[in-house]
Amino acid sequence: MIYSYYPGCTLKTKAKELDRYARRSAEALGITLNELPEWQCCGGAYTTAQDEIATKLASVRALAAAEQEGGELVTLCSACHNVLKRVNHDLLTDGEFAGKVNRYMNPEQPYGGKTKVVHYLELLRDTVGFDELAKKVVKPFTGKKIAAYYGCLLLRPGKVLAMDDPENPVIMEDFIRAIGGDPVIYPYRNECCGGYVTLEDQALAVKKSSAVMESAEGFGAELLITACPLCLYNLNKTDGFGTEVHYFTELLAEALGVKD
Amino acid sequence: MQRIGVFVCHCGTNIAGTVDVKAVAEALKSEPGVVFSTEYQYMCSEAGQNIIKNAIREHQLTGVVICSCSPRMHEATFRKTASAAGLNPYMVEIANIREQVSWIHKDMKAGTEKAIILGRAAIAKVSLNAPLIPGESPVVKRALVIGGGIAGIQTALDIADAGFEVDIVEKEPTIGGKMTQLDKTFPTLDCAACILTPKMVDCAQNEKIRIYSYSEVSEVKGFVGNFTVTIKKKARYVDELKCTGCGECTEKCPQKKVPNAFNLGLDNRRAIYIPFAQAVPKVATIDADYCNMLKNGKCGVCAKVCGAGAIDYKQKDSFIEERYGAIVVATGFNPIKLDAYEEYGYKQSKDVITSLELERLMNAAGPNGGTLLRPSDKTHPHTIVFVQCVGSRCDDGKGKSYCSKICCMYTAKHAMLIREKYPDTEVYVFYIDVRTPGKNFDEFYRRAVEEYGVHYIKGMVGKVAPQPDGKLLVQGSDLLADEQLRVEADLVVLAAAIEPDKTARSLGTMLTASMDTNDFFTEAHPKLRPVESPTAGIFLSGVCQGPKDIPETVSQAGAAASKVIGLLAKDKLTCNPCVAHSDEMLCNGCSACEKVCPYGAITYSDKEFRGPNRTTLIRRVASVNDAVCQGCGACTVACPSGAMDLKGFSNSQIMAEVDAICK
Repeated sequence: MIYSYYPGCTLKTKAKELDRYARRSAEALGITLNELPEWQCCGGAYTTAQDEIATKLASVRALAAAEQEGGELVTLCSACHNVLKRVNHDLLTDGEFAGKVNRYMNPEQPYGGKTKVVHYLELLRDTVGFDELAKKVVKPFTGKKIAAYYGCLLLRPGKVLAMDDPENPVIMEDFIRAIGGDPVIYPYRNECCGGYVTLEDQALAVKKSSAVMESAEGFGAELLITACPLCLYNLNKTDGFGTEVHYFTELLAEALGVKD
Repeated sequence: MQRIGVFVCHCGTNIAGTVDVKAVAEALKSEPGVVFSTEYQYMCSEAGQNIIKNAIREHQLTGVVICSCSPRMHEATFRKTASAAGLNPYMVEIANIREQVSWIHKDMKAGTEKAIILGRAAIAKVSLNAPLIPGESPVVKRALVIGGGIAGIQTALDIADAGFEVDIVEKEPTIGGKMTQLDKTFPTLDCAACILTPKMVDCAQNEKIRIYSYSEVSEVKGFVGNFTVTIKKKARYVDELKCTGCGECTEKCPQKKVPNAFNLGLDNRRAIYIPFAQAVPKVATIDADYCNMLKNGKCGVCAKVCGAGAIDYKQKDSFIEERYGAIVVATGFNPIKLDAYEEYGYKQSKDVITSLELERLMNAAGPNGGTLLRPSDKTHPHTIVFVQCVGSRCDDGKGKSYCSKICCMYTAKHAMLIREKYPDTEVYVFYIDVRTPGKNFDEFYRRAVEEYGVHYIKGMVGKVAPQPDGKLLVQGSDLLADEQLRVEADLVVLAAAIEPDKTARSLGTMLTASMDTNDFFTEAHPKLRPVESPTAGIFLSGVCQGPKDIPETVSQAGAAASKVIGLLAKDKLTCNPCVAHSDEMLCNGCSACEKVCPYGAITYSDKEFRGPNRTTLIRRVASVNDAVCQGCGACTVACPSGAMDLKGFSNSQIMAEVDAICK
């Protein structure tokens, strides 16, 4: 199985582990991730401005390149996934926007949103299968109480991202079960960590993230996992909580025995 | 040549505001055959009708064209007018210059032009009209009521009271419907069972009423006055005539882990059950999905303990065919599934419940014997939050766009009952608007606020977060105070939107009764014919037509019954004479018309015809049963030889209209 892969800027700088363990695990699972050549920043945040295409063009380039390579683009960072998937959805459903983009970029092959944007978790669920994954686990997290933290960007808007029920998701809990852990269900797993507000008002972001940590610990979490570098950053800025926060790929690599 | 009169109506300013009615009357005066043309402010009024009558007599009119509102509105009125003046009523044509012109156009010039064209088309058609004489068909003096909730029960009782026979078909093992699950009813707070169960018993004891419980309608044929309905009696594996309802079997059945649907799954029942003590008929039913005997042939306890020998594991679904003059739809409603509203955590916490579940929890015959305990740990809830409009007034595609109408009142009722019985409980109600129109309704709601101290908060809830200690943290906004609220609750009650029962859609298709996009049955006229379906002989009772509370349902049920009684009181019905007929000389016996006829009105027979040189030919030709034909015209389109034609809407008349419009 060969897929185009879009790591994104953060995974090359602050969140190298998220990327490194994902690649190692994919290899162990028989999946080849081909990093897109000359990819650019996804734009960082999806803009809802209707009359503006410039902030979305970088995403379009990645999506169009993936179409040339086979049509499926694997993402990992929640923010990149959110931006790429939403821009792609715009191209597919908004003819006027697609026309504007193609007229501006003037590519050899017009791009209309045909690429399938697949998050790494979806790849595990739909292509590998959590049952199959469980069979390949060599170091299971037996008895470990692990809490999944989804944040906002991975699931919302629900109709466009179409990964899981944004109000009561199961995909990461199923993943935790597959690697042998004991998923902790807590209500703040899909609440905001504070996001970019941390640049403006760090206290507010800390407050939001603390609520998440408190809720997870309250329900007995011993470990938190996330797919988002910004979430991890904000959760780690909180004070007074003992629970460690890791990227889900790190646990995956460990369970598959390919961490080191 | 016809002598045609044209009558243009102003409809106050409804038409005259956008159409120059005088110019229309003037322009149509010079059309071929027109001998008289005038306009008047309200043609449907007595004075307007007199203008028509006088003109018919004075000018010896043979055809009349009324330029007015839709024929759905007043065609019958003007036909009667013509008839009163001695003209055949089918010599009247309507040009709809209100719905098709004045209401949809803004420009006076364009509107006037279009009105003249439509008038011209009607004149062209009426020139080719021929007098029609309607036939008659007999009326079967029995009514069918589909659905045995409070709507169906009231309709059946009222019909029976007038001396007509009526059958109730109910898909559940007992009649009574949703009202049996309710605790108290607003605005008087009398107990639902106390006012409903006597009516259920009345139904069972009334000689004119037959109840087909655990049954469904599987086929409907025929037409107003003469429906043939197939009723499927589902196998309940218990002989209804032998079962005494003693309940012995329901206590001895070893299969104890069946979710009790009557209590909405809040407790369990056995595989053989009687839904509740006051069920009518009080007959046990075996749930085939859970019965060990039916599933794998091992058990048979109920047969052993049944003194009456009523258990019959070999019972099969049976079908009964009955004839009816009228059919009343009373299929009711269900609360929506809350899968799309997980922000309220319905699946994530046992202590997030629906309002109907709360009814069961508070009911003396419910799982807790009427003591309000929260489902998770059976403790008294001290803070309760109600969330209104869950799935109602929703424009995001997840829920229903309409207001479910009953929730504001039942939530006020719940809040009040809880404060009355457990004064130490704090009750919060989150609402978008409080809507309480209805007799003594607003007073009722104000009592909840002013006397019972229920905290009403304008705003919606964003999230219900279960806490490690079992509490539910409700995050919502208070729009009046402009602040975010957090309430630590023990119990959260969701007022789920209501939707028509799932069986309504297939039933609507069977009855050819029209429905709206929400699967509510459509009434023949939203104001003037609210309990009749546009399909003749089909009547509507209760929530199947739109959300309504018990008082309104009972009024509508009575109204539907009175319409049925009016129909059944007639010995014969006048048939619509605008039916298809076949020209036997043109018919080639191909059966194309028979295949497309949705009513089975066309039959074929061999007939003798005179052939060339004094020979006799036998040819197969179509003939139409006038009483069964509904005049839909499908056969006239399908007929390859042009033998089929529709009286009153013949091919030549339609073409004349088209020609007049395109001239």
